Amino acid sequence: MSDAVMHGHEHHDHHPTGWKRWLFTTNHKDIGTLYLTLALVMFFVGGAMAMVIRLELMHPGLQYVDPQFFNSMATLHALVMIFGVVMPGTVGFANWLIPMMIGAPDMALPRLNNWSFWILPFAFSLLLLTLFLPGGGPAGGWTLYPPLMLQTGAAMPFVIFAIHFMGASSIMGSINIIATIFNMRAPGMTFMRLPLFVWTWLITSFLLIATIPVLAGAVTMLLTDKYFGTSFFNAAGGGDPVLFQHVFWFFGHPEVYILILPSFGIVSQILPTFSRKPLFGYESMVYATASIAFLSFFVWAHHKFTVGMPLAGELFFMYATMSIAVPTGVKVFNWIATMWRGSLTFETPMLFAIAFVVLFTIGGFSGLMLGITPADFQYHDTYFVVAHFHYVLVTGAVFGMLGGVYYWLPKWTGHMYDETLGKWHFWLSAISVNVLFFPQHFLGLAGMPRRIPDYALQFAEWNFISSIGGFVFGLSQLLFLYIIVKCIRAGAKASDQVWDGAHGLEWTLPSPPPYHSFVSPPMVTDATAHS
Amino acid sequence: MSTSSSGYYLPEPSHWPITGSIGLFSVFAGAAMWLNQVGVGPMVLGFGLAVFIYMLFGWFGTVIRESEGGIFNRQVDVSFRWGMFWFIFSEVMFFAGFFGALFYARVLSVPWLGGAGGELSTHEFLWPAFSPSWPMNVIPKPEDFTVYKEVIPAWGVPAVNTIILLSSGGTVTLAHWALKKNQRRALCWWLFATLTLGFLFVGIQASEYAHAYEELGLTLNSGIYGTTFFMLTGFHGLHVTIGATMLTVIWARALSGHFKPDHHFGFEAVAWYWHFVDVVWLGLFVFVYWL
Amino acid sequence: MGHSNTRCRLLGTTAAVVFLWPQIAAADYALNMTRGVTELSREFYDLHMLIFYICCAIAAVVFGVMFWSIFNHRKSRGAVAAQFHHSTRAELIWTIIPIIILVGMAVPATKALVKMESTGDADMTIKVTGHQWKWRYDYVEPGFGFFSALAADSNEARALRSGKDPGAVDNYLLNVDHPLVVPVGKKIRFLTTANDVVHAWWVPALGWKRDAIPGYINESWARVDEPGIYRGQCAELCGKDHGFMPVVLKAVPEDEYFAWVEEMVVAQADASAGADRDWTREELMAKGEQVYTAFCAACHQPNGLGIPPAFPALAGGAIATGPVDQHLDRVINGKPGTAMAAFGGQLNDVDLAAVVTYERNAFGNSAGDVLQPAAVKAARK
Ligand code: HEA
Ligand code: HEA
Ligand code: HEC
Ligand code: CUA
Ligand SMILES: [Cu+2]
Repeated sequence: MSDAVMHGHEHHDHHPTGWKRWLFTTNHKDIGTLYLTLALVMFFVGGAMAMVIRLELMHPGLQYVDPQFFNSMATLHALVMIFGVVMPGTVGFANWLIPMMIGAPDMALPRLNNWSFWILPFAFSLLLLTLFLPGGGPAGGWTLYPPLMLQTGAAMPFVIFAIHFMGASSIMGSINIIATIFNMRAPGMTFMRLPLFVWTWLITSFLLIATIPVLAGAVTMLLTDKYFGTSFFNAAGGGDPVLFQHVFWFFGHPEVYILILPSFGIVSQILPTFSRKPLFGYESMVYATASIAFLSFFVWAHHKFTVGMPLAGELFFMYATMSIAVPTGVKVFNWIATMWRGSLTFETPMLFAIAFVVLFTIGGFSGLMLGITPADFQYHDTYFVVAHFHYVLVTGAVFGMLGGVYYWLPKWTGHMYDETLGKWHFWLSAISVNVLFFPQHFLGLAGMPRRIPDYALQFAEWNFISSIGGFVFGLSQLLFLYIIVKCIRAGAKASDQVWDGAHGLEWTLPSPPPYHSFVSPPMVTDATAHS
Repeated sequence: MSTSSSGYYLPEPSHWPITGSIGLFSVFAGAAMWLNQVGVGPMVLGFGLAVFIYMLFGWFGTVIRESEGGIFNRQVDVSFRWGMFWFIFSEVMFFAGFFGALFYARVLSVPWLGGAGGELSTHEFLWPAFSPSWPMNVIPKPEDFTVYKEVIPAWGVPAVNTIILLSSGGTVTLAHWALKKNQRRALCWWLFATLTLGFLFVGIQASEYAHAYEELGLTLNSGIYGTTFFMLTGFHGLHVTIGATMLTVIWARALSGHFKPDHHFGFEAVAWYWHFVDVVWLGLFVFVYWL
Repeated sequence: MGHSNTRCRLLGTTAAVVFLWPQIAAADYALNMTRGVTELSREFYDLHMLIFYICCAIAAVVFGVMFWSIFNHRKSRGAVAAQFHHSTRAELIWTIIPIIILVGMAVPATKALVKMESTGDADMTIKVTGHQWKWRYDYVEPGFGFFSALAADSNEARALRSGKDPGAVDNYLLNVDHPLVVPVGKKIRFLTTANDVVHAWWVPALGWKRDAIPGYINESWARVDEPGIYRGQCAELCGKDHGFMPVVLKAVPEDEYFAWVEEMVVAQADASAGADRDWTREELMAKGEQVYTAFCAACHQPNGLGIPPAFPALAGGAIATGPVDQHLDRVINGKPGTAMAAFGGQLNDVDLAAVVTYERNAFGNSAGDVLQPAAVKAARK
């Protein structure tokens, strides 16, 4: 069997160059690069908004922005970070890695793949354009609760359509990933030999396909309530504002695992490599991931314990929420058992992975505390929640991605990054991010509500410290940008193996890999499968 | 065109996706402007739709040519199958959201407004005049809404529509059998019957809507009953229209000799979609009209 | 050498923080949750501390093992990697132990929750209604009510670049014009609801917050043990001034409470008096300015210029200078789908007549007409 790949036209590898290459590409690596670039750009956009928030909160009193603009900064910051950074970023990893990890030439549906990406710049134009409309951007929080959201002015339909648009992208992207994993595995690449990153994405895709349409439905209801006289969320017509919260969080809670699972996968690749030891408990890792995903459909109401649900509902959602700690714990323990009695080295990817395990776990603990309903009557809608979700999102999802970039950048570009600068980036980030978010636990417990542009004086000190941490963390990310540019332009040549402890098919390819990853599928055995 | 049965077909770079994005972007931007009463809104929307439809023709045209050119091997076919399967699953979840809203209103929020389940004070202090029922013919605050006289009973036209849609599910299966036996005439006729039934369904549904609006006073603005009634049946009707249009395309392709007894994914995809639309209707018939 | 030095110092600091934590936590209000002044709040606080300590203990074990291997199993110390990759027994253990721990947490949590939801046999009922951006308290049995909004000095200081030092303001952002007054030692049933968007009523010292949902009523309860002033805030994003609708609860001994109630009932009667007589223009303008400042200025601004385009200007505005009945209609019924609420239910006839008159004759508007309470009464029908 010679060529496993076929082209539409006889002339092989004749591709458009320049901007057309990127606009029309059907190649998983090009598309992966596009996704990752978009994520990086949006990280700076969303981060700049966070800087506005932290600047205004540095001192009591209103110094820089009015409350309405502050609210729209918080709203857009969250939407951009979630839909514009973590989701596209992890899809970028999926695009780059899944075909290389399962021994496929490309993704299953390459043209659809292009479309999934090329929707996003348009969707974000719709979203960010609202900042320039009369009345300003959306300011009802990223959770879009009615009736407040229904008071949005001209921005309203733009935001809703932007969400529809991004949702279409996510659904198409996930369909593609599932089809690729089901259908494009090399001979011998059985499900139980899939690298863990591939597993986490398989499960993530399922979560996306199951929940994004529900979000689409929820925002459609907002649209018709606002413009077409329906009364889904209007008690005067028999509806209920809380209905929106149920529908939104039915999406929203699985969404948070959509954000974290791919990073779980990345960390599960990195830790074995730098421990020079196989991943501990591969099978239970797979089952734990699946259990987390399954349970995530039954915990949504923990975001609204204070909304006044019947007692039975509060109890059910509390127990279900607590139970997620068990499979997540299995993952944490397995990671630690992977490091146990390994032969550890601490290159930048490993540093990020270790920080991930520690800091994500801290975020998980605060999550568990939030899940205890009576305690959440105090915590809810305070900075304790803000601290929780930034630990799992920034030092969780984002740190996982940062580690992943350092880990695979040499493979992708064929160049090594600057290890010294990488370590600087890590230490600056890891320290400042804790200065940024750890004090927010105290603020929340002491009673500072979230989503406020100004606060009482007893919150002044911690807010000041948090803001300083925020600025340092933000500036540190400029270093990350520099490291990437330097690596691409002037990095030393990377070997194919790159890391001596690395296992998996992607490391058998040259650095950078050829245009079609595996032109003829490799034979996979237990020995050549995942680490 | 050289074909190798073992090769997985990887398409060349394509401009159709970005064309689709431009089309949809204009659709959304135009619709949003329209909702904001900006004059050019409808025009931008129309332009976007035109681009989008152009893209559909171009993209599907390309795929159809590739398929008929015989360059899709079995593995490509499986990719398409998974693609369509999960797409339909996403559609199921979309409807699940709206069914969820319906059940929530019927089982929880409307009774709560009437004081059920520990919500006595809601009733006492806020809506003393409201007594819950479903169909909800008393609206908590009637002056803000179009109060309807009657609802559409299940065992009239909706039952007829159920029969129409169910038989169209049958005819599409007959068409499939005919295709597998390579009986092209029968294939075309059964397909034609299916799409006729589909459009008939849409037509009847439209006249029911007119009846509801003009004679019964049942509108989108008739409180939560009108809301769920029109939104659920409306989205379903939209999907029937899309499905029937796809059937039309498939019919035209069958007429011009496309599909082979062992290779006809395009046909099957549409048939799956049609069955999905059918099943959703059964749910609607039971929970929106009947119970 | 220098290295191990820093390491020691780091370890020392960490140890200090870990062991001193309880003292630090208990010492300062700005670090930890308040214990509050009700049975519920103390129960929730204890629960909070319990789960917190459990998490700390788990963290100590888990991170301890991890750092042990980071220090001892490093390649630079010559560690050679073992190649084991699973152990069913270990995995079972670390599945079962967390389950047991979780059950241990769930038991007290369930008890606390059941108690929280027992709103029966209350001594009195207060209805709390969230408005953009103030609270309304209705004492159901004596039958009076009032609005409670951010205190004027805070309100001035919190304006964008106000130039006023928040530090000089008494209880900056946590003070109101009319606090909620309750008797100590009585079980109070709180009914929360809202007029426009979702708010949440929260006094940390009571131990809970409850969402205020427009069109629905939530029930909660509290019995305050100690007299005092307890402050809280709205805890659900409710628009522009969400950060500026504090809650102040004043718990007083029972006799003091009854004296206050009496006062309030009399004052209420005075306020609604005069609806039947004709008012002079000056009276209406004076009253109107008060009402305007309390109810309208948040959006339309004290100078009537609004914050266009979100909040339109009334100075020279089409409606404020147009026919009076349309003006009144907009104020009574609001405009659905916008922040302009229906004020018909919040303001009495005198207030409405006054505020409309004021808007038509202030900010340079000179419609010149005067709207009488009787006309408002007629328009309401
Ligand atoms: C990556 C995203 C992510 C992740 C992974 C999580 C994980 C968890 N979250 Fe979090 N959460 C968010 C993102 C995330 N969350 C966001 C964005 C919000 C706010 C949304 C908004 O309102 O804007 C939120 C809010 C939120 C709330 C609502 C708070 C409120 O508004 O009042 C709750 C309440 O239950 C909660 C709980 C949890 C729990 C129990 C987990 C669990 O999965 C954590 C499990 C992990 C561990 C427990 C640690 C490891 C386990 C062990 C070491 C085993 C042993 C441990 C024990 C036995 C305790 N989260
Ligand atoms: C993945 C998701 C994600 C990520 C990565 C972040 C990252 C950050 N978030 Fe985010 N945040 C959310 C998700 C996320 N957040 C969500 C869901 C909410 C809730 C919103 C709501 O209530 O609706 C929220 C809300 C939120 C709040 C609360 C707002 C409020 O309640 O009023 C705050 C306040 O401190 C905050 C801060 C930050 C900071 C400082 C970062 C930093 O990590 C960002 C660092 C990055 C940069 C700074 C960019 C890079 C650098 C530059 C642009 C150069 C310029 C730098 C300088 C001038 C210093 N966020
Ligand atoms: C929460 C914000 C808010 C408050 C408080 C508020 N308004 Fe408004 N008001 C609005 C908004 C928004 C509009 C614009 C509605 C629209 O889109 O037409 C408006 C419109 C109006 C108009 C019509 C202006 C015009 O020319 O179109 C009048 C008159 C008015 N308000 C009077 C009042 C009075 C009197 C009060 C207090 C008793 C008040 N408003 C309090 C937000 C508010
Ligand atoms: Cu009221 Cu926030
Ligand atoms: Cu959640």
